This record gives sequence, structure tokens and C-alpha cells, in this order.
Amino acid sequence: MAQMNETPEGASFYARTGRYRWAIVEWMMSTDHKRIGVMYLGALLSFFSVGVVLGFLIRLSLLSPGWLVDAQTYNEFFTLHGVIQIFLFIIPGIPVAFGNIFLPILIGAQDVAFPKINRLSWWLYVTGALIILLSLFAKGSPPDTGWTFYAPYSIRTPANISTAVLGVFVLGFSSILTGLNFVTTIHRMRAPGMSWFRMPAFPWTLYATGWVQMLATPVLAITLLFIVLGRFFGVGFFDPDKGGDPILYEHLFWMYSHPAVYIMVLPAMGIISEIVPVFSRRALFGYVAVCMSALGIAIVGYAVWGHHMFTSGMSDTARVIFSFITFLVAVPSGVKIFNWVATLYKGSISLDAPLLFACSFIFTFSVGGLTGLIIGSLAPNLHLHGTYFIVGHFHYVMFGGAGISILAGLHYWFPKITGRMYSERYARIGWLNFFVGFHILYFSMFVLGFQGMPRRYFDYPPQYHTGHVVSTMGSWFLALGLVIIFGNLLYSIFRGQKAPADPWGGKTLEWTIPSPPRSENFREIPVITRGAYPYDEEEVRKTP
Amino acid sequence: MKDPSAETHIVATRTYAVVWLALLALLAATLAVARLQLMARYSVLGSLLIATAKAGLVLAFFMHLKYEGRFLKGLLLLTLCALTLFIGLTFVDVWYR
Amino acid sequence: MSTQNGHIDAAGKKMGMWFFLFTEILFFGGMFLLYSIYRYKYAQDFHNAAAEENIVLGTVNTAILLTSSLCIALSISAIRRGERYFSSWLQLVTIVMGVAFLVIKYFEWMAKIDIGIYPDSPVLLKMAAGEIIFFGLYYVMTGLHGLHVLVGCVVIAFMMRFTMRQTIHRGNVARLENTGLYWHFVDIVWIYLYPLFYLIT
Repeated sequence: MAQMNETPEGASFYARTGRYRWAIVEWMMSTDHKRIGVMYLGALLSFFSVGVVLGFLIRLSLLSPGWLVDAQTYNEFFTLHGVIQIFLFIIPGIPVAFGNIFLPILIGAQDVAFPKINRLSWWLYVTGALIILLSLFAKGSPPDTGWTFYAPYSIRTPANISTAVLGVFVLGFSSILTGLNFVTTIHRMRAPGMSWFRMPAFPWTLYATGWVQMLATPVLAITLLFIVLGRFFGVGFFDPDKGGDPILYEHLFWMYSHPAVYIMVLPAMGIISEIVPVFSRRALFGYVAVCMSALGIAIVGYAVWGHHMFTSGMSDTARVIFSFITFLVAVPSGVKIFNWVATLYKGSISLDAPLLFACSFIFTFSVGGLTGLIIGSLAPNLHLHGTYFIVGHFHYVMFGGAGISILAGLHYWFPKITGRMYSERYARIGWLNFFVGFHILYFSMFVLGFQGMPRRYFDYPPQYHTGHVVSTMGSWFLALGLVIIFGNLLYSIFRGQKAPADPWGGKTLEWTIPSPPRSENFREIPVITRGAYPYDEEEVRKTP
Repeated sequence: MKDPSAETHIVATRTYAVVWLALLALLAATLAVARLQLMARYSVLGSLLIATAKAGLVLAFFMHLKYEGRFLKGLLLLTLCALTLFIGLTFVDVWYR
Repeated sequence: MSTQNGHIDAAGKKMGMWFFLFTEILFFGGMFLLYSIYRYKYAQDFHNAAAEENIVLGTVNTAILLTSSLCIALSISAIRRGERYFSSWLQLVTIVMGVAFLVIKYFEWMAKIDIGIYPDSPVLLKMAAGEIIFFGLYYVMTGLHGLHVLVGCVVIAFMMRFTMRQTIHRGNVARLENTGLYWHFVDIVWIYLYPLFYLIT
């Protein structure tokens, strides 16, 4: 580790400043966006591991219901699995980790617009996470509602809902501040010459994400507050006994939680848009279209929340409208898929680990998106709603989309963050296990769902047994893959070879500074004179 | 970068006083509309319109929106559109249920 | 916050504040959404329940908040002209008005609680469905608004301190301006709450 403090050009951002006696205090008090990002990354991956273990146990217990855990514990497991993976890992995910570390560097700034508010978001994230953990171990039973906290059950269950909901509330506040910070940063802090359309695609997606964070998260905050008020003071906005309407809870909840899907997936698309050009040595095809489609997804994504509620008793008119708008979202997503593939086409491809993950993203996310169209249309939805098909679909989108892109980004930026190279060989072995396991695990959920297996059930009739066994076996491969991937990365932090400033031949600004960067990103603020992906296309075509 | 919001603009005390008087006048008006049942059928609409006029005055003068660039006004409009969209689409459900 | 060349980016700070207000719009927007839907569902009940509200106190409070908005706006103009004492005096007046607003609000709430109208009270639960919702919304919306007023008072108190110590001065008013923006926003929320709860009888 000690060597990480030194780069060929002086002290890196890991080096102690000596302002505080304890390293942990120094880090917690730091306003350096890279340090905050690295801390976020560590926290996120830790929570991710916990979530994976819970998911693994859920799958294991489904081999033969009851042999591992009882029904109540099972309910608590899937609630926790959902709350941790969604609120603690994937929603904050890419913006807080990679966004923090790389957004200022990519636009040629020394830090974000409000470094202290950035630190405040990090503290709030830690606080929120601790409150959620508290809900597990405090007196009473852990939350058992599922991650959606549907009223009126969430108002009546004796489990520790208030604590968990409060934790999510605090996390939401952290997310709002991050979004606000990033949007202001992109508006005010771009380097001279860095016009909007010279900005790399990743900041573009962070910009769109920031807006979604600002304009959707407050709705979740107020909704969760209603639950707490309902539990403490008996305010019955969603309680039919008191004149309330439970369906309104679902409206308010999905008003945030659908756009939240875009908070997860937009920056994921940004990472892929960075990786694909670098490893195919071509400018990002249709760069403007990719950037604009990010905004398009963000805007249309606001108006589709109702497709989570087709079977909840909404009016027919509303269902038809929501279904129609849902189909519209597919258009900008499709634009992106086509552009990535077109970038690869006739490129000089080097199939390194980041590109392997990026390509698996394109494939997996397409499956997730296309199954989304199946359940976005009204008639199939009636059959598939609340089945394993939904579970398969959103794992393809969230894990196969956002999750894989985090792995892609982790491999792509690992040399820059740590100053070390990882073993390409083990990265590929890990990827193979992960990829195969992923599809066995979640594709069998599509089949199970079509056959009618309901989600969240502890037990099932014998005809679903085969499907569950296959799916669980997939989870073993997936887990093995993750162990190899993270083992490789962890080992490389300590024993990996020193990384050069630009191991991949990237052209964006982060590759112009040492690995790992100094605390001050740039000695001199760069002046930007060209677009983000200046690859010499003619030369690429000439190489055999 | 051309940035109209960067210039400081000191609004005259006189302007503020006039705006304040206008706000109080609107308050009296909305009270009158409600009490005297001037527009019985449209009283809700009427009082909301007056409220919007008041909010508009506060936004334009007290919050200096009048002197801001088109950029900020556009973003405020975007936010209000998002809210309208949320309320509108929820009503599509409630109306036809 | 400072830009690359070190000077304070007042426009950037103001932008951040506006973005924060946008999130506040959506936060209160969730409540206004519930209000509008339930008003549509229970028009008559809302009409009856609003008759319980004390229109005099509501109107006085509106006037107080509007005037306090004027004060904080004037205090920003004053500091821009370099009139430090006048500016902090106006801030003090704003705080006093905010506190007066809260005191009046307290008496309004207590009057209702005394006759047994508060969430989940036996008296309330016997009323019509729409009235239960109306008073629930009343307590939640005015309560959260009151909380914002309270926060605003505390923040303005800090601004007074900064003004007196001259860390806020003619060349650096961004903090005070942002506080003003926040205070005006709280005012606007009340401008809408007032007709919705007091005038729809």
C-alpha cells in the first residue's frame, strides 16, 4: 500500500496530509472528490457482498423450502437483499463512486462545485446505511415488507419499518445533494474550451442522472415520511379505514422508484460509452445521439411509473397511457445499443476485460430491455405480473445492466484508481464464470415466471422444482465468478504491477494525469481544443 | 461565458414596497372572493389563480427571477412541468377509475 | 465554492440554491398531489372541514410572512449598498416575524387539539372519511411548512452573526442571498397553503 502514495510525479491523493492523527479521521474529513469516491466505492462493494450473500442464501433455501431458513426469515432475507442492493448499492452506485472520482477529472476541474456538500453527502450515506443496519439488530424484527414498503401493510406490520424507512430517507437526501452537486459542477466547472459537445459521454449521463436525482428523490422522501407519520401518529393517507387510498402510495412510490431505474442505468450506459471507443479505437459512433438519448431517457422515464401497477386496480385509461409511454422509452435505449454496436463495427478491437464486461452489458441489458417490453404491454403483464418473470427482468436490467457496468468500470479504471494492473487472465476466468452463471440463474427465472411461479414465495408446488434447482446452480457459478473477480482485484491492489498513466490508450482527460492521480488533479487546467474521442479512424482501418 | 446572472442587480426599495403593497392587496382580494362568494362556483379556481399571481410576484421581484437569464427560468419551468406531469398522470388514473 | 482561478463563484452558489429549491418544490409537490386527489374525491367533506379553520389567524399569518419576505429582500439590498447595521436589523425583524408566525400557528393547532381534532383522535375518527384526510393533510402540510419556517429562522440567525462579523459584506452576499431565496420559497408554499386550507369553504 505504501507504494501507492508515490507516483513518478510526486505524492498521490492517498498520501497522508498529516493534518489529523488518525488516517480514518483524515479520510472522513477530506473534501477531495477522489478520496470520497474511493470511500464510497469501498462501502458500496462491501454492501454489495452482503447483498450477494443474502441472495445466495435465498436461492439456496429455495432448493428445498424450509431446509435452510423458516418462512419469516425468508421474508426478511429478501427484504434485506432488496433494500441493500437497491438503496445502498445500485442507486448510489455509479454516480457516487465513479462519478465522484472521475467527473471532475473528465471535465478538467480540480474538484466538484461544492466539496463540503459532497462530504456531507458521504456522511449522510454512512448515517443512512447505519440506520438501516440498526433496523436489523434493534429490538423487534427486521423489515419484512419487501423493498417497496407497500402501504397499508408497511403501516401495520410490527417489524422495524420506521427505522428502515428513516434510513432510506437519509440516503435519499444524500442522493439529492450528490445530484445537485454534479449538475452544478457540470454547469460551472468545465475547463476552458470544454464545450457541452466536447464533454465525454459519462459526464453527460451523470448530468441527466443528476436531474433525475433532484426531481424524483424528493417524492420518495415525502412518501416515506407519510409511512412514518402513519406509524407514529396514525395519519392515514394510505389507510382505507381512514379514507386513504393505498393505490396512491404505489403511485407516489413508483414516481420515484421508476426514475430510480434510470439513476442506476444512465450512468451505467455512460461507462459503456467510455469503454467501447477506447477498446475499439474508434470515436463513439453517433456521439450527439448518445448524449441526447440520455436526456431523452431521463425525460420519458418520468412518465412511465404506472407500468409497475397494471394489476393494482388503476383505471383502464391510465393503463393504456402508461403502457404506450413505456414503449417510447425503448427508443432512446435502442439508439444507444445501436451506437455502441456501430462503434465496435470495423474497429480495431482489443478484447480486454473491460470490453468483455461492456459487451456483456450490451447483450444482457438488451435481454432485460426487451423482456421489459413484454411486461410493459398490458395483456402479457396480467399473466406475468408478480411472477419470477419480473424478478428475472429486473435482475437483467439492474444487475446485468448497472451491476455489470460497475464491474466493467472497475476493471477499466482500476489502474487509474490504484496505480496497479490486475491479472488479465484471472479477470477473464472470473468473467466467464460470472457470465455463464448469470444467465443460468436469471434466464431460468423467465421460464419459471412463464409457468406461473409467483415471486417472493417461500414454498412452491413440485412442478417448479427443476427450474429452481437450475436457477440455484447458476447462482453458484455466479458467486464463484464474483469471488475470482474480486480476489483478483484485491490481490492486485497489493501485488499488481505498476500501472502507467495510460494503459489502454484512452484519450479522455483522466489518462493524461498520473496513476493514481495527485491530490490536485491538474498542475495546470487543460485547455480543450477537440472532442472527447479523437481517434484517427484512417489509421485504424489500415491495421490488418 | 456570458452569464447574465453574474451581474448584481440592486432592486430599489420603492419597487419592493410596491410589490409588497400589491401582495397585501391580492391577499385582501382573495379573502373577499372567498367571503363574499363572489364567484361561488369558481371560488377554488379563483383563489388558486390569485395565489399564483402572488407567487409570481414573489418569484419575479423578491427572488429576482425577473433579472435572471433565460436559463434559470427554463429550469424552473422544467421542474414545474415535472410536477404537473406527476399530478396529471395520477389524475388520469383517479378520474377514470 | 471557487472556480478554477480562485475567486468566489457567486452565480454557481446561487445555481446550487435554486436546484435545492427545485427539490423542495417536488417535496411539497408530493403533498399537493395528495391534496388535489383527495379534494377531488371528497369535495364536500373538504368543504365542511375547512369551515373549522380560523380564517382570521390564517390571514394574519399570511400577511406576516409576506411582510417578512419584504424584510429579508430589503436586507439584501441594504448589504449590497454597504449598510451593515440596517441589514442585520432587517434580518432580526424577519426572524421575529417568523417566530410570530410559529406562535400563531401553535395557538391554531392547540385550539384544534383542545376540541379533540388531531390525527387518530377518537373525535376525528368518527368524522367523515374526507374530513379525516383533510385534517391529516392540514397537520402534515402546515407542520412541515412550520418546520421549514423554523429552519429558516435559525439560518437567518446565523446570517445575522455573519453580517455583524462582516464575513458577509458588500462583496460576498451569496450566503445571505441564498437564505433569502429559501425564505421566499417558504413564503410561496404558504401562499398556496392559505387558500387550500382556509378559503375553500
